[in-house]
Amino acid sequence: MSGGERLSREAVARRVAAELEDGDYVNLGVGLPTLVAGYVDPSKTVVFHAENGILGFGPAARPGEEDPDLFDAGFRHVTLRPGAAVVDGPTSFAIIRGRHLDVAVLGGLQVSERGDLANWMRPERGVGSVGGAADIARGARRVYVAMEHTTRDGGLRIVRRCTYPLTAVEAVHAIFTDVAVIRVTAGGLVLEEAAPGWSVDAVQAITEPRLTVSPAFREMTV
Amino acid sequence: MARTTVCVTAAEAVAGVTDGASVMVGGFGPSDCPDLLIRALAEAGPRELTLICNGPTGRPGGSDSSLLVERGQVRKVVCSFPVPPTTSGEMTAFERLFREGRIELELVPQGTLVERIRAGGAGIPAFYTPTGVGTVFAEGKEVRVIDGQECLLERALRADFALVRAHRADTMGNLTYRLARRNFNPAMAMAADVTIAEVGEIVPAGELDPDAVVTPGIFVDRLVRRGGAA
Repeated sequence: MSGGERLSREAVARRVAAELEDGDYVNLGVGLPTLVAGYVDPSKTVVFHAENGILGFGPAARPGEEDPDLFDAGFRHVTLRPGAAVVDGPTSFAIIRGRHLDVAVLGGLQVSERGDLANWMRPERGVGSVGGAADIARGARRVYVAMEHTTRDGGLRIVRRCTYPLTAVEAVHAIFTDVAVIRVTAGGLVLEEAAPGWSVDAVQAITEPRLTVSPAFREMTV
Repeated sequence: MARTTVCVTAAEAVAGVTDGASVMVGGFGPSDCPDLLIRALAEAGPRELTLICNGPTGRPGGSDSSLLVERGQVRKVVCSFPVPPTTSGEMTAFERLFREGRIELELVPQGTLVERIRAGGAGIPAFYTPTGVGTVFAEGKEVRVIDGQECLLERALRADFALVRAHRADTMGNLTYRLARRNFNPAMAMAADVTIAEVGEIVPAGELDPDAVVTPGIFVDRLVRRGGAA
């Protein structure tokens, strides 16, 4: 079963950005999720949270204009938007754990059919860094995973049960990949959208759990 | 609490850290840590330390907490970020020693880590949190359902010493921070028997706006000024 072209990371980020709502407070993980900030509709007010203690950061600082005291959780030198605030670690994680955060967009290594997330450790390395991911995946009101649908070798990442160490159980609400948009529901995974050129069968062929096709199934807008 | 001592040198500031001590090191990563105090501690040479920090992820030759690991002074690390996200670049001292089985790791989700430290400073011996339920972070911990939600019992963390870094201090030990540099520092300052702060500037008492003080001097035992900007 052959599919179409895989979407670029930027196209996946743009699709996730469309999901953000006016007024949302959002935490973005490192890697692909970081790109989401660049595609938010300017008519929406979305406040980005970095777990090292910033609310309201903006784009990366221009070269030569970096403030050494201003960086996000991935150590990128960022800028602040009007209305930004800085907090300490306990307050930053009170925001997360206390369910004040509307959305988290996290990277993923594996997601299971019941929404378990594994994203902090590749077992073959023998050690990994969980950072804030376990708190964020548990605490955010809506947890989106943005990742490539399969590994570089074609290994499945959307699986019945994760084999990698878990970040959080039953935490993921939706998966945005370079091939599809899939919601996690009590009844299992629901295929909402497929990238141009991808049939339902082609997406199913690289997805281990059985997909239910949404009545509103459509081609992804890219 | 005794009043804050202003030290002239970093060596004087880290005096008394003995073999087997537990040491918290503030900062989010290698670029914002109290590197003056870390270098002084590396020079002083106490061994068998328990290091509590966000992560000793500096590359070899750096002067973040990875320097203490590289020098073989650390027995155990309690942190959320033990290794850089990718294996590209030179392997960190921690990862090398960990693979050789020569250093112990207690991996803690970051929010749980900072709350355990806060609890340690606040006299809360333990707390329940939903973070980590159903994962390796739940191993060996009491699980209890509270208001319908499964939670883990997490214990407070304290240390013998905390090394923190702040923007400005006054002679009472009150500290202010700039922008993203609070992170673990205010919580750690509360959670150690001896808290040592390195700061960019030390001003006379009365010159800091009380509304701007984040860490009050009651938590700070020793101060040392950085040569350059903090």
